[in-house]
Amino acid sequence: MTNASLIDFTLYLADSTLILGQRNGDWCGHGPVLEQDIAITNVTLDLIGQSRSFYQYAAQLIGNGCTEDQLAYWRNEREFKNALLCERPNGDWAQTILRQTFFSFYQRELFTQLLHGADTTLSAIAEKSLKEVRYHCRWSSEWVCRLGDGTQESHERMLAAVENLWPYVGELFVAAPYETALQIDTATLKSNWMDAITAVFTEATLPPPSLTSTFMHTGGKNGQHTEALGYLLAELQYVQRSYPGCEW
Amino acid sequence: MEHHNLEQIFQDKIDQEIKIEPRDWMPDAYRKTNLRQISQHAHSEIVGMLPEGNWISRAPSLKRKSILLAKVQDEAGHGLYLYAAAETLGQSREQMIEDLHSGRAKYSSIFNYPTLTWADMGAIGWLVDGAAIMNQVMLTRTSYGPYARAMVRICKEESFHQRQGFEVLLVLSKGSDAQKAMCQDAINRWWWPALMMFGPRDGESTNSDMSMKWKIKRKSNDELRQQFVDMIAEQVKLLNMTLPDEKLRWNDSKKHYDFGDINWDEFWQVVKGNGPCNKERLAARKKAWEEGRWVREAASAYAAKQKQKQQAA
Ligand SMILES: [Fe+2]
Ligand SMILES: [Fe+2]
Ligand SMILES: [Fe+2]
Repeated sequence: MTNASLIDFTLYLADSTLILGQRNGDWCGHGPVLEQDIAITNVTLDLIGQSRSFYQYAAQLIGNGCTEDQLAYWRNEREFKNALLCERPNGDWAQTILRQTFFSFYQRELFTQLLHGADTTLSAIAEKSLKEVRYHCRWSSEWVCRLGDGTQESHERMLAAVENLWPYVGELFVAAPYETALQIDTATLKSNWMDAITAVFTEATLPPPSLTSTFMHTGGKNGQHTEALGYLLAELQYVQRSYPGCEW
Repeated sequence: MEHHNLEQIFQDKIDQEIKIEPRDWMPDAYRKTNLRQISQHAHSEIVGMLPEGNWISRAPSLKRKSILLAKVQDEAGHGLYLYAAAETLGQSREQMIEDLHSGRAKYSSIFNYPTLTWADMGAIGWLVDGAAIMNQVMLTRTSYGPYARAMVRICKEESFHQRQGFEVLLVLSKGSDAQKAMCQDAINRWWWPALMMFGPRDGESTNSDMSMKWKIKRKSNDELRQQFVDMIAEQVKLLNMTLPDEKLRWNDSKKHYDFGDINWDEFWQVVKGNGPCNKERLAARKKAWEEGRWVREAASAYAAKQKQKQQAA
C-alpha cells in the first residue's frame, strides 16, 4: 500500500461525504415537515463532520501545511473523487431519501470493513462514524418504506426515484485502483449491500432490484463526473476563492 | 362561580407570580394574546431559517458550514417547542401554518431583509439573535407556563448563537481590508432593522397595557431597545467597527446611550409586506409546505396501514 493510494482513498471518502452533505444541506429550512427538516439536517451535520475527519487525515498525510479547507475548497471538478451517486440532484423527497439509503447502507458495509483494516486512523474514523451511519440507515430506510407503501402517488414517486438513481449504484462496487491497493473487498460489499437493500425494497413493496439488468455509470471515483458537480462546486467554493488566503 | 371571581383568581395568580397552565381558567383575551404571540414567535423561528439557510451552501469553510447548519437547525427546534406551546392553547400546528401562509398570522419583519454577503451571518447572530435574546430573557418569566418554559430552553441556545455571530465578525474584523469592509457593511445594513425588532415606540404599541398587566410582557419596547443599544454600543468597540448612527453617544446623566431616530416609515412598510424579501420568504414557506403534502399524506397512510396490520395480528 503506497501513501498515494491511502491519500486517494481518504479523499474519496471525504469528497463523497462532503458532496452528499452539500446536497442534503439544501433541504434545511425547506423540508416537508418540521421534524424531518431537523432529521435530515442531523444527517447532513454528520456527513459534513465525517468529511472533515477524512479531510483532516488526508491533509495530515499530504503534509506541507495542507488543511481540510484547501482540500475541500481548492480542488477542481476533475480532482474530486466522490461517487457519482452523491452528486445527483435532490429532486423530490423520494429521490433524496433513496439516495441517502443507498449511500448509508454502502457506508455501513464499507466502514465495517475499515474497522478491521490496516490503517488505524481510518478504523477509528469508521468506528466513530458507524454509530451515525446506522442511524442514517434506519431513518432513511424507514422513509423508503413509508413512501413505497404509503399512497399511490408516493409509490410512483419511489419507482421513479429507483429508475433515476439505480444507474449510479453500480460504481460503488467497482474498485478504483486505490481501493484495490487498500484491499477493499468490493465483492462482499456488493452482496451484503444487495441483501440489505432487497430486504428494504421488499418491505417497501417495491420490485426487487438487480445490479445486472441496468447499465451503470462510472467515473466519479477517478474524477470524471456528471455535469451537476461543476455547479455544486462553484457554489460551495466561491467565497474562499473570491478572497484567497483569508481566515474565516 | 361568578365570572369576575374567576377573573380575580386569575389576576391574583398573576400578581403572586404563579404560572398560568393550559387547564387553568383564563380570560379569552389572555388566551388569544398568548396564542397570537407564541404562534408569531414560532413562525419567526421558521421563516428565520431562510435568510441564514441561504448561506449554508456557500459557507467559506467546513467549520463555518457545520456551525451554520447547526444554528439554523436550532431555529427549527425553537419553532417546534413554540408550536407545541401554542397548541396547548387549543390551536393545531396545521391551522397556525395555514394562518401564516394566508397572511393572517405575522412573523418578525427582520427576516424580510436579504442576506447579501457572508458577513451577514455574523451580523444576524450578533444583532438579530442578540435583539431576540433581550425579549426572550424577559419571556422566560412570562405568566403563561408553557411559553415561559419553552423560552428557558431557547434562551440558552440563542446566547450561543449570539456569541458565534460575534465571533464570525471578529474574525472578519481582523482579516483583510475586503473582509473588514464586508463586516462594516453588514453592520450598517442590519443595525436599524435590528432596532426595529423591539416594535413601535411605547406610546404607539397597541397591545402593551394588558400584556403588562397580565405579565405576558414585563418590559416595554423602548426599555428593551435601550438595553440593547447600551449593550451593542459597547461590544462594537471590540470589533473596531462603528454603528451607522451619528447621534449615538453616551449620556452620562441618563447612564444610557442616546441614539438617532428610527425610520418608522420603513418599519411600517415592511410590516405591510413591502420589505425587500416579504414575498420571497412567504413563497419559500408555501412551496415547502405544498411540495411536502404528498410526503405527509404518504406518512399518515403508511402509519394507518401499520396500525391495521398490528390490529389484525
Ligand atoms: Fe428567536
Ligand atoms: Fe431561535
Ligand atoms: Fe437563534
